[in-house]
Amino acid sequence: MPYRLLKYALHKDHPEPRMFRAPERLKEEYDAVIIGGGGHGLGAAYYLAKEHGITSVAVLEKGYIGGGGTGRNTAIVRSNYLTPEGARFYQESVDLFRDLSREFNFNLFYSERGHFTLAHSPASLNTQRWRAEVNKHLGIDSEVVDRAFIKKTVPEIDLDAGGHQAPIYGALYHPPGAIARHDAVAWGYARGADQRGAEIHQQTAVTGVEVRDGEVAGVHTDKGFIKTRKVLSAVAGWTTSITRMVGLRTPLVIHPLQALVTEPLKPWLNSIVVSASLHLYMSQSSRGELVAGASLDPYELISMRSTLDFAEGMSAGMLDLFPFLGDVKILRQWAGLCDMTPDFSPIMGTTPIKGFYIDAGWGTWGFKATPVSGKTMAWTMANDHDHELIKAFNLSRFGRFQLVGEKGAASVGH
Amino acid sequence: MKILNCPINGPRPLQEFHFGGELRPNPLDRKDGADADWADYVFNRDGEPGVKREWWYHIPSGTWFIAERDNVTDQFQRTYLYGAEQTDG
Ligand SMILES: Cc1cc2nc3c(=O)[nH]c(=O)nc-3n(C[C@H](O)[C@H](O)[C@H](O)COP(=O)(O)OP(=O)(O)OC[C@H]3O[C@@H](n4cnc5c(N)ncnc54)[C@H](O)[C@@H]3O)c2cc1C
Repeated sequence: MPYRLLKYALHKDHPEPRMFRAPERLKEEYDAVIIGGGGHGLGAAYYLAKEHGITSVAVLEKGYIGGGGTGRNTAIVRSNYLTPEGARFYQESVDLFRDLSREFNFNLFYSERGHFTLAHSPASLNTQRWRAEVNKHLGIDSEVVDRAFIKKTVPEIDLDAGGHQAPIYGALYHPPGAIARHDAVAWGYARGADQRGAEIHQQTAVTGVEVRDGEVAGVHTDKGFIKTRKVLSAVAGWTTSITRMVGLRTPLVIHPLQALVTEPLKPWLNSIVVSASLHLYMSQSSRGELVAGASLDPYELISMRSTLDFAEGMSAGMLDLFPFLGDVKILRQWAGLCDMTPDFSPIMGTTPIKGFYIDAGWGTWGFKATPVSGKTMAWTMANDHDHELIKAFNLSRFGRFQLVGEKGAASVGH
Repeated sequence: MKILNCPINGPRPLQEFHFGGELRPNPLDRKDGADADWADYVFNRDGEPGVKREWWYHIPSGTWFIAERDNVTDQFQRTYLYGAEQTDG
């Protein structure tokens, strides 16, 4: 037994330091308040301190950090998006992710697996070819592969989907596609922000945002009022509750997205396999569990309930592709909230209210954007001006009819 | 199984229905028609928590109707045909 483990067994107190402090009470005033202790909010706190020297910052989380979408997603990271704005943005995030374990000195189990988006019809293969060409043009590693390549890389797959679904014609293949330990991403940013002076307040809910003469003056919480002139709303699936507090209209609607894990198996699936036709994406975690996600729930709901319909649908899709999984048991099923935009791109940056910044519209695709969102939102808050990479994502784009259409690349639910 | 009450066909399983989004005022009733108003109509939604009036569609019978539903508890409170708000469905 390693000595370190033995030390744990013999100690009365926990011998390891906590990941971050739990401050006893809120201060009267902060330079900036961040609503939401998901990866995005914690990332913004981290980069505000690290890159802009702004350390009088409170992150307010109504539950526990990473308890929202950050700890519920299927952890897929990729950059094979369709628009130049999107592809550039997500590529920057992939670049940051690759270095993050080292930067944190904390293992995020960032694991590049290769990402297949299966085409079950010639038409869908044509779309994939288009996406691959756009990707290549933007310098992103992405290509269309044939059945033989898929079979060689994922020998267990049934390319004819049992004969009861349309066969697989080929796939879009994105070698850098990766998965990561999502809760560790929240903890890594939390620890880094905490070490640099930011405060993380769990069990602290924001109940109102005080706006005076078009400017942010503070936030109301269930633990009292805090004065501040800069507020970042980074609450993803809860955004419509916060925008209501400041009277901001947005296109956001909230739908649940469901996922499941099976019991752990010996490693056999190295790749990430996505099928839009089967409403399924799956990968094998470093613990051996198969992680599968579905498509969005069919109607608006601000609730994290999960349904038998979806457990059946996801299982059916898994069996169509991998019939030998018939005896494997499902361990857990859950849902998270997705704040959907009409163009499948996020809503980021400044707003008509001075000092109120928004980071939302993360739908089913926001985990992969955690580092780049934290970084660009911190920059935007420090400079009161949208960062170059997120200009196209400002809320005002809808008023100008300038959407950033990512439906083809983002709508499969990861 | 979740049951929804179709104003024409009575209680049916939710799988027979399709969600059609929130009920919104007819844009042709607007006199101004400024770009900003159109953008607001086309894109913005009332995605906040609460009881909503929504379009639902019963697929087998082709019936569009209105449902009042709490989008947090997922409880359907009332259903009725468009324009027939007074009569409880
Ligand atoms: C099943 C599922 C699978 C997904 N798969 C992928 C994937 O494979 N790849 C990908 O890139 N994305 C994926 N996503 C999307 C991704 O999970 C989210 O977009 C992302 O996690 C959003 O992170 P966030 O930090 O912005 O928000 P969150 O992690 O949701 O954090 C928001 C936090 O705000 C807190 N909060 C809310 N209201 C208040 C308040 N009033 N006061 C204080 N705190 C408040 C919440 O408690 C929560 O902790 C998936 C989502 C789901 C549900």
